[in-house]
Amino acid sequence: MSAAPLLEVDGLTVEFRSLHGPVRAVDGVSFTIGAGETVGLVGESGCGKTVTGLSLLKLVPSPPGRYAAGSVRLSGQDLLAMPESGLRAIRGRALAMIFQEPMTALNPVFTVASQMTEVLRRHGALGRREARDAALALLKSVGIPEPEQRLDDYPHQLSGGQRQRVMIAMALSCDPKLLIADEPTTALDVTTQAQVLEEIRRQQATRRMAMLLVTHDLGVVFETCARAIVMYCGVIVESAPVAKLFSAPRHPYTTGLLESMPRIRDEKLRELPTIPGRVPELHRLPPGCRFADRCPRAKDDCRAVEPQLTTAADGSQVACHHPS
Amino acid sequence: MTVLLEVRELSKHFTARGGLFRRAGAPVKAVDGVSFTLARGETLGLVGESGCGKSTLGRAILRLHEPTAGEVWLDGENVTALSGDALLEHRRCMQIIFQDPYASLNPRRTVAQAIREPLEVHRIGTPVERERRVDELLDVVGMRSSARNRYPHEFSGGQRQRIGIARALALDPALIVADEPVSALDVSVQSQVLNLIANLQRERGIAFLFISHDLAVIQHVSDVVAVMYLGRFVEMAPAAELYRRPRHPYTQALLSAVPQPDPARRAGRIVLQGDIPSPTDPPPGCPFHPRCPLAVDRCRGEVPALRAVAEGVSVACHLIE
Repeated sequence: MSAAPLLEVDGLTVEFRSLHGPVRAVDGVSFTIGAGETVGLVGESGCGKTVTGLSLLKLVPSPPGRYAAGSVRLSGQDLLAMPESGLRAIRGRALAMIFQEPMTALNPVFTVASQMTEVLRRHGALGRREARDAALALLKSVGIPEPEQRLDDYPHQLSGGQRQRVMIAMALSCDPKLLIADEPTTALDVTTQAQVLEEIRRQQATRRMAMLLVTHDLGVVFETCARAIVMYCGVIVESAPVAKLFSAPRHPYTTGLLESMPRIRDEKLRELPTIPGRVPELHRLPPGCRFADRCPRAKDDCRAVEPQLTTAADGSQVACHHPS
Repeated sequence: MTVLLEVRELSKHFTARGGLFRRAGAPVKAVDGVSFTLARGETLGLVGESGCGKSTLGRAILRLHEPTAGEVWLDGENVTALSGDALLEHRRCMQIIFQDPYASLNPRRTVAQAIREPLEVHRIGTPVERERRVDELLDVVGMRSSARNRYPHEFSGGQRQRIGIARALALDPALIVADEPVSALDVSVQSQVLNLIANLQRERGIAFLFISHDLAVIQHVSDVVAVMYLGRFVEMAPAAELYRRPRHPYTQALLSAVPQPDPARRAGRIVLQGDIPSPTDPPPGCPFHPRCPLAVDRCRGEVPALRAVAEGVSVACHLIE
């Protein structure tokens, strides 16, 4: 990793208006991604991972959302402070995003070719013919069968896996430095998921592109990322290289998530480990640690003082008064 | 063990109806000649990818979809031949739990009303007894009786699924079809609900047909596992055997595709080529042959039958002796 990271998120705080007053979906989140690095952002629904991902492109709908504090710097430029015109030059170019449901992200009334060439012609300043050739080359590179025919198809004529490949091809069309992938394989079947993940890994490695993979699936993170960040109730609770996070998790929430994750085991267990209770609502967060009510290690200090994210010598981080 | 459920050559075909500008389409063979038996108190895990027919099979067994052909025998009675009151009477023994408990619970009815409804439909007990039963059922699924006068939207996904389970238990069924009951839930809640289902099965001797696309979930709950592909069973085996030694090439690919925090598994990954064919136009021969890494000429012409290859293990593949 070079001295200045590619992406620097510092104290990002995103508020949403709600019936109960403003709630913080993301509350003081800071992390960095180096050039070519793959980082997984994991957590359960409502933990703020998707809002964090959207914030990196300043795509949180406003209202009801509001960037209350913090900055997102890409190669030193603060995206949150940038006017919309400046952002448009960056979105899809230096920063690209793929979404969970490609059917809603693709426009149903335009062919694959017209949607792909639009990006290429706008950012790449290519002519009509050149853009079509470039789109064809991209479709080939992401392994779509019969790419010439697919160019003139409409999104509904493609299968789920093919649509997601088209989304990947579009995201890659301007050689982004950072790809943000929000649950890119969650809507797909396992065998298709394996194909698409393989493709993302291959593209990421050949293009030396950095990636933030937002997902609830720890197995996907383990297989795709070098480092993982775990979020709970709007804050980061742990961040570590994937091998370390999975073999020696330090935060009790990470431990609980890993244990309760259904996985194929050599012997069937009589009882699956669980995390007792449930995620607190954002407008009714407990004082102190947000996980204290569900934590087997919680002591008095956990219920009084919110633990801060502390960094160890090797760069891994944990926010816990009693980490293992 | 006594046989509770016997399914014989069950098929469910859907036909796209013709219209003014449209010719009637070829039938979609969502379920195509499936046979199996399920013992009392046992759980059959039914696994497959979207569109393989697993949900349709579950619903055809309950006659929520009218089967096109074949028979379903429950407790020695041919369910497919019943109608009217006899069918209603039989439905007491079979219940269903859906994937999305929010969509399956009426938002304008309280928890108590939802759980009581099956008792009212089947005219079981007096009003006082029904109320007592509601409290008892809430307790069984781990909810406080203070929940009874609240509405579904006031609960989290995991709690709503518990309400759905309480409702399914109200009539003391012998068989519950659980259609992706934990797929919409977060990991930490998913394991709570899976443990609840496993306990109910052990304590009450209820047989489950547990439908899921998730092989890890299926392993945790099942005694026997059936793998479906394009409307047919391609493999059926005791759970321990299937996970230790998957025989059908599709089962092998499916198992190896599950993302796991285990570097050894990634090395052995089988990445299939292509997509699942459309069920309106299934390939000739073995339905899996276009994606099968081992396919030979015979697979392209001849449909393999499901046949026993070892104790309790059946496979539909020409390449397995």
